[in-house]
Order: sequence, then C-alpha cells, then structure tokens
Amino acid sequence: MATSEVTPAAGAEAQQEVRRGTRTSPFRVWAANRRAQAGVAIVVALAAFCFLGPFFYHTNQVTVNLNDATLPPGPGHPLGTDGDGYDVLGRLMVGGQSSLELGFAVAIATTVIGTLYGAIAGWAGGIVDVVMMRVIDTFLALPTLVLLLILVTIFTPNLLMIIALLTALSWLGTARLVRGEVLSVRVREYVQAAKVLGSGRWWTIRRHLVPNALGVIVVSATFTVANAILMLSVLSFLGLGLPPPSADWGSMLTNGLDYLFDGYWWMVYPPAVILIVTLIAFNLIGEAARESLDVRLR
Amino acid sequence: MTSYLARRAAQAIVVVIGVMIVTFVIIHMIPGSAARAALGVHATSSRVAIFNTTYGLDKPLYVQFADYVVALFHGNFGISYTLQQPVSTLIAQRLPGDVLLLGVSTVLAVAIAIPMGIYQAVKRNRLSDQLLDGVSFTLYTMPDFFIAFLLIALFSVQLHIFPPEAPAAATLGGMLADPRGLVLPIATLTVSNLAGYSRYMRSAAIDVLAEDFLRTARAKGLPERLVLSRHVLRNSILPIVTLIGLTFPNIVAGAVIAETVFNYQGMGLLFFQAATSHDYPVLLGTTLIIGAATVVGNLAADVAYGILDPRIRHGN
Repeated sequence: MATSEVTPAAGAEAQQEVRRGTRTSPFRVWAANRRAQAGVAIVVALAAFCFLGPFFYHTNQVTVNLNDATLPPGPGHPLGTDGDGYDVLGRLMVGGQSSLELGFAVAIATTVIGTLYGAIAGWAGGIVDVVMMRVIDTFLALPTLVLLLILVTIFTPNLLMIIALLTALSWLGTARLVRGEVLSVRVREYVQAAKVLGSGRWWTIRRHLVPNALGVIVVSATFTVANAILMLSVLSFLGLGLPPPSADWGSMLTNGLDYLFDGYWWMVYPPAVILIVTLIAFNLIGEAARESLDVRLR
Repeated sequence: MTSYLARRAAQAIVVVIGVMIVTFVIIHMIPGSAARAALGVHATSSRVAIFNTTYGLDKPLYVQFADYVVALFHGNFGISYTLQQPVSTLIAQRLPGDVLLLGVSTVLAVAIAIPMGIYQAVKRNRLSDQLLDGVSFTLYTMPDFFIAFLLIALFSVQLHIFPPEAPAAATLGGMLADPRGLVLPIATLTVSNLAGYSRYMRSAAIDVLAEDFLRTARAKGLPERLVLSRHVLRNSILPIVTLIGLTFPNIVAGAVIAETVFNYQGMGLLFFQAATSHDYPVLLGTTLIIGAATVVGNLAADVAYGILDPRIRHGN
C-alpha cells in the first residue's frame, strides 16, 4: 500500500540520511553516485575516442572524394562514408574534437565571467546589484537561440567565434546563481555569528562563501558543456554552424538527414547517437552533482 | 501583494526597454550591411546611399533609436527590406499561427506531464518509474530538430500517416483546414516540452507526497484516489504555472526550430528568414515581440501563482 511510504520508520530513515549527509562531503556523495560514474566513464571514453582515436585509425577528412561517396558500412569503412566520401567513423572523431573543445571552452569561460559578475553584484548590493541584475533579466528575456542567430548572421562563424558568442550568452545563468548564493550566505546566521566573533571579510569568503558557491558553480558548468554542444548542433542544423571543411556532429547529422529518405541510415544514426549520448553523459554528471548538494535528496 | 505586483510590473517595463536597447544595438553593430544585404553586393554606392536615406540609416544611431521608439508607440515597426510590407502586418499575420502551435503543444505537454509525473512519484524508484525516467531523460537531452526528424521518419516516410510539411496557408482558417499538417509540428513541440515538465512534475509531486497534510488526509480515511486527485494534484500543479512562465524562452526557441523544419508559417520562421536575409526591421520586430511576450509571460505566471496560492494571496 502506498500509505506505508510515510510511516514513522521512513521518517527516521530519512533523518538518519540527513545526519549522514552533514558529515559526508558532497564530492564523495557525488563520486559514489552511479549516474555520475556512468557519466564520467562515458565522457572519458568519448574524449579518448575523439582525441586518441585518429592516431590509430587514419582517415582522410580534408579532401572530398566523390568516388567513395555514400558507401555502406563494410571492410575499410566500418560505418560507411558520407555524401562527400569522408569515412563516417573517422569523421565522428574529428567532429567530436570540435564539439568537446567548444563545450569545455564555453563552460570554463562562462564560469569565470559568471562567477565574477554574480559575486560582484551580490557582494556590492544596493543600486549596483539592481542595475546588474536588470541587465541579466534583459538578456534572459530573449531566448539564447534567438540572440545567437542574430549574432551569427553578423559575425562570420568559426570555432573561436562560436565559443565567444556562446560564452557571451551563457554566463547569465551562472551569474544569477552565484549572486543568489552570495546573498544567502551573507545573511545566514552562522556567518553572522562568525562576523560577531571577529572573522574578517576574507575568512567569510574562504570558509563560507567559496565552499557554498562551488557546488552551484560546478553544476551549472556541467550543464553549460551539454548546452554549448547542443547549441552548436542546432546552429549546424540551421546551416549557420562551422563552415566546411571543419566537421562537427551537428553538421554531420544535418548532412545525413538529406539522405535519410534514400535509406542511407549510417550517415544519420552514428552522429545522432554519439551526440545524444554525449548530452546524456554531461546531464547525468550535472544531475548527480545537483543531487549530492541537496541534502534532502541524499 | 499589491505593492509586490507594482514592483514586478515596474521591473518588467525596465526589462522591456532593455530588450529594445539590446536588440537595437546588436542589430546595428555593422552599419551599412543592411543595404548590401537587401540590394546585393553589386549595388552601386549611389543606390546604397538612396537605400540608407530612405530607411533613415544615414542618421546617427541615437536618432535612429529615438525615431524607432517613437514609431513603436504608434504601432509602426518599420517596413521589411525583403518583403516590402509593414513589419506589424507580417507579425499580425503570423501571430495566430503561433498562438495555435504554442498553445496546443503547451496544453498537451502539461496535460500529459501532470499525470505522468504523479504516477512516477507514487511509483518512485520502481521499474515503471525508472523506465519513464529514462525515456523523458533521453527526450530531454535530444535536440528539437532531431525529435522532428524522428517523427518525420516514422510517420511520414515509414507509415505515410502525416505529411512532413505544415499547412502552406498563413491564415488560421487555412491552417485549420489542413489539420493533418499540424500534427507533426505540434507533436514535436509537445514531446520537447513534455520531457522537462514531467521530470519537474515528478520531483514536485515527490515533495508534496512527503507533506504532513497528506498524512492527515490518509489518517482521516480519505481513499488514496482522492488523496492523489485532491491534495497531491492541486499542490503539485502550482509550480507548473511558474515553470511555464520560466521556460517560455525555451518554448520559443523550440518553435523557431520546429517552424523551420516543417515550414510552418509562424513568427519563428519569419524570424529565421529575416536573420538569414539581414532583414533588420523584421528581426527587430520579431525579437521585440518575443522578449515582451517572455516578460509578460513571467509576470502573468507570478500573478497567477499569487492568486492560486492562498499563502501568498492572503499574506503581505
């Protein structure tokens, strides 16, 4: 019966879990989470596949070879070739490099900018905070994709430019989270108590603010990686992504979709699967991190 | 409550003005390219100069902005460079189609997500919950355009049930005359929103299931069916209201993709075509409408939440 779920025994169990939670560091809880382990394993495997794979599996990904175009999977081409004669397996590796580089670069840049902006706004308070937050509200009122499409039509896209544009649009969420964290830490009773006992500003920052904000920052950085890779694929799909001959999973998928009606499945499903698996892996890591920070969910 | 609403409304107005400034500045980052985009790279410099004078592009930026704001208050969004029609007319033509697309798909997504989330919360961590969780997690991470193509591959290419193109008509009546063409665009957005909503609904319902008032309801002998429909449902619906307001930018982004894939005659397609043809007045107009709609949507969600939640309604 469903009623048994709220018996006192369950309540006691929950309390015990909370007690355990206060002693264990969020990182350990995260590392013990099976979702997190699966996510990290997938990301490591993907990175090895994309960056080490080309050393063992040599393919031509630069010059078009129409004699070898649209070959089905077989000897020499385990996943076949695409409409330009590129080996699909080798192209997955090359395309993954730009996707992963973009994801991590955007996440790092976003974290630095967002953290600084949010910390300054939260710490300064008053009119500075109000103005800084209205600026964020303004940008958040517009869908990232809408702003991105406008910017991409103005600036010619290459990998660096897309990293810069995505960073310019992704730090807003991080900044808002960090500001919230700064505000809440400042008014918490134990921080007030520490202040009364004579702790200085840097002590508060080092002992209370950084540990509290770090978790939020890590979680948001993880989702940023996934989101940046997703955005690149959407741009490629709309024909506004990286120009040829550079490859990414999104443009492979888009090119493959043109051949979907001809039954050339090997051009569509390999990039689709690897793209979705990557997005799932980063989301798994992020969700597990969020759960490990939330004492109630442990 | 009243002072809170007044403050929120004032904030919303500030943000809308901010959106106007931001879109205006971004779009004018490269002056002069509008003429080149509209007239082609081979246009003579005198033709470019005439174009710039006609559309006021030779004036200083702040004068252009002032002109633009004044015109906006007169309902004048400018003339499209490529379509030679007033932007307000173009937007007014497309808006009903978007209300249809976004409205139906959002209602459907919520209508499926609520029972799904409550079911998963009740069956928490059992096999059925984990299966549904896996499905919604996969859909949640999947790019919208790929959802659209999977639906096309299945229902258009394999089964020949629904066409892969939205109705060609731009009017609401014309669209409704071809309901089969509407199925896949609406389904794409429904699936894409459903994934996020059901995951949110599941955790909201789990929180409600742990509340004391549920123990009271069960203790007084209320059948489980009524506990779920009266107490769990009503209390976990509340956050969905806010969620719809907050996810509005995502819904719009999804609509841009879906409309591009299915050639749906909505504002998303209008925006995308304007972006690729450097049609600044249309870009500016559509972006402004999207931003204003988001701000109003968030405000409406806050107000609705205040009305629905007695703790906020009666408090100060």
